[in-house]
This record gives sequence, C-alpha cells and structure tokens, in this order.
Amino acid sequence: MNRLLVWYGELTTPRQLVHRGLYFLGAGMLWLMIFLVLPGLVLIVVSFATRGAYGQLEWSFTVENYKRLIGFTLFGWTSDYILIVWRSVWVAFVTTAISVFLSYPLSFFICARPERSRYLWLTLVIIPFWTNMVIRTYAWFLILAPELPFAKLASFFKLIPPDTPLYPNAFAVYLGMVSMFLPFVTLPLYASVERLDWTLVEAAQDLYASRVRVFTQAILPQTLPGLSVGVILTFVPAMGMFVVPDLLGGAKYMLVGNLIQQQFGASRDWPFGAAISMGLMILTMISLQLYRRRSKEIEFV
Amino acid sequence: MRRTHPLISAAALLTMGFLYLPLLSVAVFSVNATRYGLVWRGFTLDWYIQLVHNEFILEAAWNTLVLAVASTLVATVFGTVLAIGLDRFPWSKRTNTFLDIVLHVPVVIPDIILAAALVVAFGLLRALSSVFEPGLFNMIIGHITFQIAFVALVVRSRLVSIGREIEEAARDLFASTPYILRRITLPLLLPGIVAGAMLAFTLSLDDFVISFFTAGPESVTLPLFIFAAVRRGVTPQIHALSTLVVLITVILIIGMERFTRK
Repeated sequence: MNRLLVWYGELTTPRQLVHRGLYFLGAGMLWLMIFLVLPGLVLIVVSFATRGAYGQLEWSFTVENYKRLIGFTLFGWTSDYILIVWRSVWVAFVTTAISVFLSYPLSFFICARPERSRYLWLTLVIIPFWTNMVIRTYAWFLILAPELPFAKLASFFKLIPPDTPLYPNAFAVYLGMVSMFLPFVTLPLYASVERLDWTLVEAAQDLYASRVRVFTQAILPQTLPGLSVGVILTFVPAMGMFVVPDLLGGAKYMLVGNLIQQQFGASRDWPFGAAISMGLMILTMISLQLYRRRSKEIEFV
Repeated sequence: MRRTHPLISAAALLTMGFLYLPLLSVAVFSVNATRYGLVWRGFTLDWYIQLVHNEFILEAAWNTLVLAVASTLVATVFGTVLAIGLDRFPWSKRTNTFLDIVLHVPVVIPDIILAAALVVAFGLLRALSSVFEPGLFNMIIGHITFQIAFVALVVRSRLVSIGREIEEAARDLFASTPYILRRITLPLLLPGIVAGAMLAFTLSLDDFVISFFTAGPESVTLPLFIFAAVRRGVTPQIHALSTLVVLITVILIIGMERFTRK
C-alpha cells in the first residue's frame, strides 16, 4: 500500500488519500449510520419482537407479526390486512396512471409556450409540488363541502345523502392523491418532452401513421426516460401515503400508511408496526427493481 | 414555434385548474367574513389579524422556524463535506456502491418507513438518555437525516460539473489541501451549497410525516398544528394560516429558481 501515485497533481500514497477521504466522509456517514442504517436494522429486529401487555417491547422473537400481516390470527384467517396492502398498491397504481394521463397534455402544452412564459408555467407546476401536503389535502374539504356545487350535484344524483360533504370516501382519496402526485410525473416528463426530436414525429405523420401509432411509436419511446422517473417518484411514495387517506378516506378507506401510523399511535404495537413497515419496504424494493430493469432496457433502445 | 391541438390545450388548462382549485379556495375562504360554513359574506382580513394574537400559532411558527434553521445548518455542513468526500477520493467500486445506496435511501423510500425506524430507535435510545424524549430535538435529528442526503446529492452534482482541472492546477502550483479547499473548491461550490441548503430548508418546512412521528406535546409545528386543527373542523383562521404558509413557499421557490437558473 505504500506505492506512490499522482492523484490530480498531488504526489501521495493510497493510504494517505484514504485517510484524508475518511476524514471528509466521517461526520456525514457516521450520522447516516447512527440515524438511518442503525434505526433501519433496529426496525427489522423489532418486527420480530413481541408486544407486551402495556405496549412495551418484549424480546422474545417470533414471526407472529408477519403471520398477522398476511392474515393469520388467533381466530383463523382474515383478509383485513392483506386487503389494506392490496388497496394501497391499487390506489398507488391508479394514482400513477391518472397522473401520467394528465401529465402528457400538460407537458406538451408547456413546451409549446413561448420561451418567456414557459418558465412561468413550469413554476406554476412546481409551486404545488413544494406546498405542504396537509394544506393541499385539507383544501379538498372546501371544494367537496356540502354548500358547493360538486356535493350538490352528487346528492342530486343520489350518490350521497343531501347536505353531506363529498368526503370521506374512495373518490375523495383519489382526488387528493392525484392532485398530490401530479407534479411528480409532470416535471420529469416535461424534461423529456422538451428534448423531443420532432423530426421523428413528423416522419411518422408523413408515413400516414395514425394518431395512436404516432404516440406509441414516435413519442412514447422518446419520453420513456422522463416518464419512468415520474412513475417511480409517484408510485413509491403513493403506496406509503398516510395524510390523504387519513383526512379524505376516513376509517373505511385505510391504506398501509394509516395502518403503520395506527400501530405507532393509538394501538401502541411497535412490533406489528415494524412488520408492516417491512412489508411496505419490500413492496418499495420490488418497484425499484422493476424500474431498474426497465431503465436498463431503455438504454439499449 | 410548435402549436398544440386545442383539445390538448384545454386538457392542460383543466389540469392546471385541478392543481390550483384547492389552493385558491383556501385563499378565498381565508378572507371570507363567515365564521361557519362556506357562504360568501364579504371581504375581511380579521382572520389574519387574529393569527397574530393566537399564541399557539405563534409558538408553532417559532418551532417550525427553529426546526428548519437548525436542521438546515447542520445538514448543509455535513452534506457538503460528505459530498466532497464522496466525489474527490478514489473509493473502490464496492465502497462507492454502498455509499451511493445509503445516500439514496432517504430519497427513495416512503417517508413513513424512515419515521417508523426513527420512532423505534428513539424509543430504545430513551433508555440511555432522556434527551431522546419526543420533541424538538428528535425532530431536528430526523430532519437532518433526510436533508443530509439531499444536500450531498445536490452538492455532488455541482462538484462533478465544476471538474477538477482548477484544483489540479492549484496543486501543481504547490497549494496545500486546506488552501485549495478554502480558496478554490468552496468558492466554486457555493452556488451548489446554497441550492442544497434552500432545498433542505424547503423540505423541512414541507415535512409532515417525520415531524408527526417524532414530535412531543411541546413541539408543535405549523403543519402539525394545521393537521390537528383540521381534524377538529376547519376554521377561517386555519385558511388564513395556510394561505400564509403557501405564500412563504412561493417566495422560497422563486428565490430558489432565481439562484439556480443563471
């Protein structure tokens, strides 16, 4: 290890460089080890622990929490928790799909603005992206309030009883989720649309491609990089979202996020909460893995 | 310039309306004179004036500011040093992959998992020291943890884009490592550091989940206050408070844009 090397103009030894490098990494990495990696490992350990009678942790290790998550209880099998997990995945999927559907027109529209006003439009998309999610979620209370036309219309069609708000229900959750995550898709998609090679689109049109084929064969492949970033940025956090379903979904439309929060809040069942978090973590890793495989394919195109 | 089909424009404008309808309605009802219900009874600024006299809100605003400033300061320093350490040294491929994964974890995982992990970790640390009781201190630690990653990623991309030629030239002219750091790397990095710090600050103001899980009764921040108030029932005062928070966000974003787009 004592051979000399020239590292960007400096005559040094590998040992010296590593030594200095660790000096730089030290503080930050130590922090991340103590407050990120270690808590993560502790969470895994706790997910195998047992809840004591008063909500304290007892270190007798079982897989009981995981069995409970997939539905095995003292009184036989129930689908309650599986249903909540499945619903979270489904809500995340639908949210992503609607956001993608709405983002295409929006990003093409912004791209077609003249240079000066384009940044203004883009900033208009960025502002909700950075606005506090509690505010953006509860704001729907106002729009869906019984006094306003939307709820009146719904009660006119006998969808809800008269003089009640249009929440909490599944519809309100979807509204809240899509408005929450739409900018997450639009912004990366816009970056791809901006770089679009329009000559390919024109070539497809010249060759009498239908509108659908122009989209699927000339536009979609070119926007895939931005689209896949947007999809992963939406799908993963949407699965773990808990503010929107908590405020707009009520007890009837619980998602995994609410279930986790419940274990750390009212139920005080940390081991079970940790096990659900691990379940969510596994779902996250599966989605990221799918994304990585897809993005590798994209590079080949 | 390319023209868009009118249908696409219509869809885009409707989508923008959909994004802004909630925020605009909060702003509208924050200046509505009715206390209950959503009937328009004329313009008033009473709710804004009442905010200033509500000591709970003032305290929450103060907590939010302390949390954001303290965590941003620590995270900016740690994140910047970490980024230099990551980018400027010949780590093996293995080490690099590991560091990269650790750095990306807080960015990609749902924040509720980090929150759950912190709750459990603080719960166990409480056995060692009462410092780890739920409260502002824990919240600051939690915020720093995800901010470090974002700051380090922003600063690292700036490090990559400024390259190493100038540092190498300085080295050839016999500059010492501290001198290079102070007179070359840091000044060149400054825009990246400021951008990272502003991002960290905005993330802290924006965060709800980490705060919600780690807060104690004495350390209510504005998002937590709004959440608790909303669950009891919305009032015009909350609309006024929310409108102010949104306005501050807008100012921060415009500042950030000005700074990064040059």
